[in-house]
Amino acid sequence: MSEKHASHPEAEGIIASTVTQAALTQDRSIDLSVDLAGVVLKNPVVVASGTFGFGREYGQFFDLSELGGICCKGLTLHPREGNPPPRIAETPMGMLNSVGLQNPGVDAFIAEELPFLRQHDVKIIANISGNTPEEYGVMCEKLSEAGVDMIEVNISCPNVKAGGLAYGTRPDLAAEVTREAKKHARVPVMVKLSPNVTDITEIAKAAADAGADALSLINTLRGMRIDVNTRRPILKMNTGGLSGPAVLPVAVRMVWEVANAVKLPILGMGGVSKGEDAAQLMLAGASAVAVGTALFADPRAPLKVRDGLAEIAAKQGLGAVRELTGGVRPW
Amino acid sequence: MPIQQICTVVSMERLDASTWWMVLEAGKMVERYGLRGGQFLHIKCGDGQLLRRPISVSITGQDEPEDLVTLIFEVRGEGTEWLSQRKIGDKLDVIGPLGNGFDVSKEGRYLLVGGGIGVPPLMEYGECLQWPHTAVLGFRTKDKAFPAIVSRFKEHCEETYLCTDDGTLGRHGFVDSQVREILVKENNFIAILACGPRPMLKSVAKVAAEFGVPCQVSMEERMACGVGACLGCAIQMKDGTMKHVCKDGPVFNAGEVDWDV
Repeated sequence: MSEKHASHPEAEGIIASTVTQAALTQDRSIDLSVDLAGVVLKNPVVVASGTFGFGREYGQFFDLSELGGICCKGLTLHPREGNPPPRIAETPMGMLNSVGLQNPGVDAFIAEELPFLRQHDVKIIANISGNTPEEYGVMCEKLSEAGVDMIEVNISCPNVKAGGLAYGTRPDLAAEVTREAKKHARVPVMVKLSPNVTDITEIAKAAADAGADALSLINTLRGMRIDVNTRRPILKMNTGGLSGPAVLPVAVRMVWEVANAVKLPILGMGGVSKGEDAAQLMLAGASAVAVGTALFADPRAPLKVRDGLAEIAAKQGLGAVRELTGGVRPW
Repeated sequence: MPIQQICTVVSMERLDASTWWMVLEAGKMVERYGLRGGQFLHIKCGDGQLLRRPISVSITGQDEPEDLVTLIFEVRGEGTEWLSQRKIGDKLDVIGPLGNGFDVSKEGRYLLVGGGIGVPPLMEYGECLQWPHTAVLGFRTKDKAFPAIVSRFKEHCEETYLCTDDGTLGRHGFVDSQVREILVKENNFIAILACGPRPMLKSVAKVAAEFGVPCQVSMEERMACGVGACLGCAIQMKDGTMKHVCKDGPVFNAGEVDWDV
């Protein structure tokens, strides 16, 4: 092998972090940019909170500037060690997790992680969880000051006792947290909804009425897996949150319901691993999409989703990917 | 730094009903990216499995045109079942090098302690270090002590002790009692390097602490991303913090691990 070839990653079977073939051949006139509550993303693909840390790990596989946005690992006011292991269980076309919001705390994020993220041309969305509405307010204050582009208010973590899911299943509490966040945030506030409710539109409306700028959905679905030999649940917390391709149809349905119920822009997520999945969420009403669990199978999944979306838009003769949003033709 | 690499299967040997010896051509992952035994590769096991499978690296070698990597694995579920069905020439989607491997220096003698499928990741440590080491290898039964693996320890280590749970080969009992016996006689090891099931690691860690010998243990936990992003593969530390097998491990100082959870 010549020196020239040796220095060329693809000549050695390395899956390089360059633009994929689909992107190279796509019609360059297609506008990939989308607007999420005034935050302009250069393309509709965001990575989902909790699957991407603070960008350092997957930043080894591709340039973070290729993403539309990064939803950072969920933050709390104080550091948290999270739940005892095992925290992961694979399921048919999905996985359960019960990480339990392990994170270094909002101050450490601002001091140690945000400067790194800011070196990239990508929108930074901080994700926060509080034990009280006041904690959400304090974090919004700090993060606005530190200069994130958007704040995703997590009222739907199924893996923590305090706050978390409780805020996401009661409209009055969801509204209270949203109001508190809005009072202290100087950047757009996006409220992340739980699918673990009878009617997600009730919570969506409560958040909208309380002043949310955008909604993101869905968080994970509560699930359980049992080892039939030991008769023990795989997860030490017994139950956890289901994600992966298995939840995509639930996400599409819920995005569609919420899009019909409120006027806010939606960041759609749940089981997206290719362009077609993302297009479904956008047609259902999402302005942008987040990719999460698919990263674990393929670190470059978000870029493939982006390129796949562009390809679909090109085939359909669209000038901009955002034209897909809300375009479903229900029977 | 890890890379995503397409690797080719160049050898596939069945050691018994559930254990396989697989050799991959892995680009320049050894020469350029520093892959070594005790680290792991995160392998996509077909389209039917959502998550990759972390497989420990046993032996690495720089080679032309591509470096060679030996993986010795046991079929434990659908992912490793799929992996065991690969044929020579098949391509695998691999992420690596991942994890830290054992922390060793060229100076001093090590006591290598392996149990079951935890024995192969120690092979390279028996071979590459210059001092005469001692190995204690534990197996469920005689048939699980594969000559292809055991012979390499016998060849390179000063002494190799074998133990079986059922007494069909070597000492009847677990490795920790053998380790204790060795340390009573001579306690001049720079460290114990241990790989095996958690109960074995716990008992070896206990003996090591009793004799004041530093002990490194290679741990397992259910894993998702493999690169440190998802925080799934947590191990509880004595100080109450969590560390992660994929990024901080798989090798930890035994004294830091909380063995009582």
